[in-house]
Amino acid sequence: MAEITIVNYGMGNIGSVANAFRRLGATWDVASSPAQVRTARALVLPGVGAFRSAMRNIRELALAEALTDAVLTRRVPFLGICLGLQLIAEESSEGGPTQGLGWIPGEVRALEPAGELPVPHVGWNQVEFLGTAPLFNRIDQAAHFYFDHGYALRSGDSVVTATCDYGGRCVAAVQRDNIYAVQFHPEKSQRNGLRVLRNFLTIAASYATADNRVVC
Amino acid sequence: MLKTRLIGLVLVKDGIAVQSVGFSTYLPIGVPRIVVKYLDRWGVDEVVLLHIDGVAASTENVRTYSGQSQTPLSVGGGIRSVDDVKRIIHSGADKVVMNASLVSSPEVVTAAATLFGSQCIVASIDARRSGTDYEAYLDGGRRATGLSPSALALRAETLGAGEIFVTSIEHDGSRRGYDLDLVESVKEAVTIPVITAGGAGSAEHIRSAIARGVSAVAVGNMLHYTEHSVTLLKRQLVRAGADIRIDSYVSYQGTSFDLDGRLAKLSDENLEHLRFRYFPEEVI
Repeated sequence: MAEITIVNYGMGNIGSVANAFRRLGATWDVASSPAQVRTARALVLPGVGAFRSAMRNIRELALAEALTDAVLTRRVPFLGICLGLQLIAEESSEGGPTQGLGWIPGEVRALEPAGELPVPHVGWNQVEFLGTAPLFNRIDQAAHFYFDHGYALRSGDSVVTATCDYGGRCVAAVQRDNIYAVQFHPEKSQRNGLRVLRNFLTIAASYATADNRVVC
Repeated sequence: MLKTRLIGLVLVKDGIAVQSVGFSTYLPIGVPRIVVKYLDRWGVDEVVLLHIDGVAASTENVRTYSGQSQTPLSVGGGIRSVDDVKRIIHSGADKVVMNASLVSSPEVVTAAATLFGSQCIVASIDARRSGTDYEAYLDGGRRATGLSPSALALRAETLGAGEIFVTSIEHDGSRRGYDLDLVESVKEAVTIPVITAGGAGSAEHIRSAIARGVSAVAVGNMLHYTEHSVTLLKRQLVRAGADIRIDSYVSYQGTSFDLDGRLAKLSDENLEHLRFRYFPEEVI
């Protein structure tokens, strides 16, 4: 069975994420039905596009409950990328108020950078890690990652593990138990991005062995 | 801080990556896939790949270009319909570059921007000097629009484009530097990021464009025929005080350059030090 299951809800650039995992030598498959999500060992939720249509697609495919069950009840390791980070928040104002999956506290709002900086926030920005997080193992403080977003998560410090500066503080990564999510695109961030994905594979593998121990 | 991007420009004609001089002379370089792969490994910030023969990239093309690269990729050339845009984005590109559609089918630009967001749409404008002003051209410099590049850029922004890619036809391949007056005129007209292209011949040309406040500089011909060309260029720019990203494993830290931008010999002290250093293979 594949190490990683990439969730396809018709919005993400699945190909790029799959390419990056392929380069790391990992096995992956793509899930677009609740049944496929239920058997996943680790889940990746990529995403490019608007919050509202993404949530609509997820609900239409009946993925919301399957994902919530897998991540919150079965505690399957989860990585959200870009829109995938925003979707796990409580709600977003993009395209009208929309409820998210609500796994982490906080809401998604339009970026309002100070000093007439252009929105969306596109390009390579430096990320500051707050404390040590397993997802950023072997990555230097202030490493560069590729960002491309017009909305951002606003959340309390309890779940934020990394930030960047774009006319003010901007959430770059969050973590809560087995839930990991990043606002930047690790699949488009060259070496540092591959390290993030490698770290997630390591995390996923540690969950898998822990699981086996319980079964034995 | 957000860094100014150094964009690797790859021009593809009849399936072969080429160098272009003045939009009229083309010199073959090789397989586009390999060019993209090396630009990625050497740490370029973004790749813009244009099919300059006007035949839109196929699904298979884009898959090959993006397959071995973890760098943001924009694909352009011959894109006429929303279906073209869908196909190119779904097969692995992050953005599409549109040119002729800005005038001949503006509704396609708007529809694509609504579907994928403005950050997905790059408007490319080629310009030639006409008298004291400039004129924008379409279809690889063959069709005059009668519009100034700044007017066309403003129209592109209104249609929903997220970035403007400006190329000077006269400066293309000339290695005499960007046409900074042209870039300035476009920058003043729009609020979205502006990318300058055409004419880069030295690190100094690029540094002076960055100093003018462009969001990104595109470099094409200059990156061919040299090992680690992207890293070397970035190191020169950082030494000249530019705020750009160097993240590649081989980073040329501590090296200096001669006036022609070639690597200078390391000092004896430095060479002596290197004898006892261990450089393990990079493992990610």
